Amino acid sequence: MNEIVDGFIQAVELIVSLDPEVLEITARSLLISLAATAVAALIAIPIGGYIHFREFGGKRGLVTIIQTLYALPTVIAGLFVFLLLSRVGPLGFLGLLFTPWGMVIGQTVLVVPLLVGMTLIALSGVKKTIQDEVISLGATSSQTIWTIVKEARFAILGGVILGFGRAISEVGAAMIIGGNIRGYTRVLTTAIALETSMGNIAFSIALGIILLAIALLVTTALFLVQER
Amino acid sequence: MIEFSHVSKSFGEKNVLNDLTFRIEKGEIFTFIGPSGTGKTTILRLINVLELPTSGSILIDGKDTRVSERDKVALRRRMSVVFQKPAALRGNVFQNVALGLKFRNTQSEEIQRRVSEALGLVGLEGYAERKATTLSGGELQRVAIARALVTKPEILLLDEPTANLDPASTERIENLILSLSEKFGTTIILSTHDMVQGQRLATRIAVILNRTLGQVGDSHEIFYQPKNREVARMVGVDNIFEGTVVSNDAGLATIDINGTPVIATCSHLQGSRVTVYMRPEDIIFLVGKDGKSSARNELPGTITRVTPMGPNMKMKMDAGITLVAIITRRSYDELGLSKGASVYASFKASAIHVVKNEE
Repeated sequence: MNEIVDGFIQAVELIVSLDPEVLEITARSLLISLAATAVAALIAIPIGGYIHFREFGGKRGLVTIIQTLYALPTVIAGLFVFLLLSRVGPLGFLGLLFTPWGMVIGQTVLVVPLLVGMTLIALSGVKKTIQDEVISLGATSSQTIWTIVKEARFAILGGVILGFGRAISEVGAAMIIGGNIRGYTRVLTTAIALETSMGNIAFSIALGIILLAIALLVTTALFLVQER
Repeated sequence: MIEFSHVSKSFGEKNVLNDLTFRIEKGEIFTFIGPSGTGKTTILRLINVLELPTSGSILIDGKDTRVSERDKVALRRRMSVVFQKPAALRGNVFQNVALGLKFRNTQSEEIQRRVSEALGLVGLEGYAERKATTLSGGELQRVAIARALVTKPEILLLDEPTANLDPASTERIENLILSLSEKFGTTIILSTHDMVQGQRLATRIAVILNRTLGQVGDSHEIFYQPKNREVARMVGVDNIFEGTVVSNDAGLATIDINGTPVIATCSHLQGSRVTVYMRPEDIIFLVGKDGKSSARNELPGTITRVTPMGPNMKMKMDAGITLVAIITRRSYDELGLSKGASVYASFKASAIHVVKNEE
């Protein structure tokens, strides 16, 4: 019991004293997950827009697959990207395995389906009457799509924030693709996993508190956006 | 300018318009009247190329509306629509009104100028900064009208434009419609269920009944010379009777309606089976037979029912046939009428519209 209390005290000390390693891991986590979320948004929002505004065969099936992928286990995404990037894999020549870039790819794969789904929900939340209004005011197809996406911007942003939450909190893909290399690919979640198994409780708790704080921030941001 | 030729429209299995043929001329105020759910909105959507006809064709300036997406946008940019339930986009009133100009890449000073001009026309000066999604129904309706006017359309489509408005705003919008038509020659196409509004505004009226065209004509034709029973009912011609022409003396015919003789001006020959139509406003009540009148008909009877209708009273009277009459409440009081009172119903031979029955 004492150990845990001591761990807590030391953890707070680590955070308050701005321990360089803690800061470095936190910064890397944020950068990788933000990058993954940004890339995922650039891919997912247009895909969501395309699916929403175009009629094509198999649309329903596609949407169902996307929804299933919301629950894609992070280790499976990690394994998939690992195989792609491994030396014998199709993208092995890029040399991205065990690099932060590889981790960005892994987390992007995790976030894209969720964000496509959230974009679809956001766009279908815009009333049909608004689309009619926009078209009848003389909008071209691209002006129409742009205006409707803008109309749904807060709901889409909610999806982006949710996607970031998934990226920063996952451990499977980061571990498999990044390899948890100290000072290079070690992020909050992989560090916690390692340090805990090594008995470094204080360090783990410190990182855990930070991760929770980030989660709290994300949730608050989501709440504020949805209030709009 | 706009030509419907045998236009039908179905959504899946459901037919909403059936075989419509008519023409709308440039500069007209053309009004569709009809009960709700009869496809008036669909007609406006077809003109705006938001929908295409299932069969038949619609020509705008001689060109079919079945064209490429690009040409549809070009067509739509010549017109504006005010939907029955207008939608507000996020942002303020200014941004909402400016939308059509933004799509046309109008310069920002010009947008500024025209938006404030349009807001002035609908009486919403000072509303530019208001959040559009928090407006009341009436305010939003006027924002939608401003949004439609700001692009200076050649054709203005209005779907029940004053359904959400108070009387003062309604009058303002009606005056605006008339002045647009006079000043700019805008072709105005509107739908309404308000007969009186149709009569006040329209150059021509189309009655839409049972998903098709009941009758097209000017307001006198529609309101006083309905083509058939359905149109007559729709436009408030409450007195409809079947009868036979028993004599016709140089255009002044005596028509027997279940034993009651009625004199009407018409050219139908003796023996013709006819339907006669008369508006309830055209009946005058006399208490006692004093003096002479130029009205050819004077039927004695008793009042069987009295229904107050705002400043007027609607009455049913048994005069051998059951007549429906509307008189002002003041006349009603001054004549001391009531249910059961004995009166004479007087009406001119020319107030009766006679249509020969098809065999």
